[in-house]
Amino acid sequence: MAEKILMKGNEAIAISAIRNGVDGYFGYPITPQSEVMETLMKEKPWESTGMVVLQAESETSSINMVYGGASCGKKVMTSSSSPGISLMCEGISYIAGAELPCLVVDVMRGGPGLGTIQPSQSDYTQVVKGGGHGDYRNIVLAPASAQDMYDFVDLGFELAFKYRNPAGILADGIIGQMMEKVEMHPVKPRRTAEEILQVAPWATTGKPSSRERNIITSLSLDSDIQEKFNQKLKEKYDLIRRNEVRYSEFQTEDAEYLLVAFGCASRICEAVVEELRAEGIKAGLLRPITLFPFPENEIAALAKRVKSIMSIELNLGQMVEDIRLAAAGTSCPVGFYGRQGGNIFTPEEIVAEFKKFNNLK
Amino acid sequence: MKEEIIIAGFGGQGVLSMGKILAYSAIMQDMEVTWMPSYGPEMRGGTANVCVILSDSKIGSPIVTRYDTAIILNQQSMDKFESSVKPGGLLLYDPSGITRHPQRKDIRIAQIPAIDVAASVGNSKVYNMAVLGGFLALKPIVSLENVDRGLGKCIPARYSELITLNRRAIDEGMKSVLELK
Repeated sequence: MAEKILMKGNEAIAISAIRNGVDGYFGYPITPQSEVMETLMKEKPWESTGMVVLQAESETSSINMVYGGASCGKKVMTSSSSPGISLMCEGISYIAGAELPCLVVDVMRGGPGLGTIQPSQSDYTQVVKGGGHGDYRNIVLAPASAQDMYDFVDLGFELAFKYRNPAGILADGIIGQMMEKVEMHPVKPRRTAEEILQVAPWATTGKPSSRERNIITSLSLDSDIQEKFNQKLKEKYDLIRRNEVRYSEFQTEDAEYLLVAFGCASRICEAVVEELRAEGIKAGLLRPITLFPFPENEIAALAKRVKSIMSIELNLGQMVEDIRLAAAGTSCPVGFYGRQGGNIFTPEEIVAEFKKFNNLK
Repeated sequence: MKEEIIIAGFGGQGVLSMGKILAYSAIMQDMEVTWMPSYGPEMRGGTANVCVILSDSKIGSPIVTRYDTAIILNQQSMDKFESSVKPGGLLLYDPSGITRHPQRKDIRIAQIPAIDVAASVGNSKVYNMAVLGGFLALKPIVSLENVDRGLGKCIPARYSELITLNRRAIDEGMKSVLELK
């Protein structure tokens, strides 16, 4: 049996990066995710796997180091929290424009601005819809446990390389700071130079005479070429939408009322569903695991048969817009309840808001 | 079985590591655990608390507002958490430094003189383990064998003498806890 270790979500990201053969981590400290780099520095993977760990002088710098490493076909990543992600958005847009794989972890805190350091989910729109300028999407995974943090590093890189696209882990202060047991999977060594050539034939690895020059760029001065490229991106995003939707359901089989929540909020909503069920109210929960692609077809199907849908988020209502789009064309009412600023809702509080919205006693 | 515990006191009392050792001991017993610390500005003000949940089955919400057990190590935490103990639950506290003792009549209340216990063991740093011993005497959720294994996971092998010392503090804490009638 695999060893089970008690660790924080942030530590799980770091340990998983080392064990999954990541080539480089470039970051800058910010609460509530500083343990990612702290753990990497403590583990010194440059002595074991050869992984580079570097504290850059800023988030802008770290994302551009990721851009450089990704151009060479390396598995490179960064992590930050909300204000730091804002600083990285220019770089993420360039990486998306250059069609490069990388992993960006956002352990969200309250905003806007410097905001608070407590948990929040207020970067949903920013990260899920792209964040930087231009028409692009990130593949976004929403972990709800330390185990997810561990597993999604590997999954994120797998998807990022499969589609040559930035992947993101959208976590929050609870998932980052909470310790849970994490089961270790077998180690994946770092890719050799030969393996990189196979997985990333587009990478700038030094031009042999046997092939054309590989060019990594996001600049095009020709509108027609750029438009063709934008259309190609659309095809890629549609393919991701068809193939990569992930979600989990909790007691939805006979549900008359649906809650939708991601990340830590989905954990809290499990308790809500249990509490409502104990009172004889048939509630169920859908947890999107991928936020892009969003499980819109699954929500649309549920919208046809439940009495209402309620989105529960630690923000002013962001994912609820995607739920409303998914439920459009049905008569299912879509409601929202959220807390902001780093405050967390309790299950009891959500139960009360749920009853108010659904006119239940 | 599900036990929701808040451990609260000053920074430096070993609140977070006590929670971690308890959680690790429960993992050794094949239980599910969550350990959620306060990491916000209140931590910068000197108080620290951690919510530990131990359960036989998968844990949903890691955030709770009512606890089966509150382990309270300073007055601020008493003021904050006495009312959040579930009826019939346990409030275990260190009476030193407490000016307003708990008033609740519908819960179990117990004292652990952990400073004295740590002094008798000869090292003030094992204060938190004396408290843990007090808790385990009242609620033996994890076996001492698994506590030893949990300690082994939390303390590097090169400090093995500290494992023995911590274990002695737990044993003494178990003997010294006083449930108030």
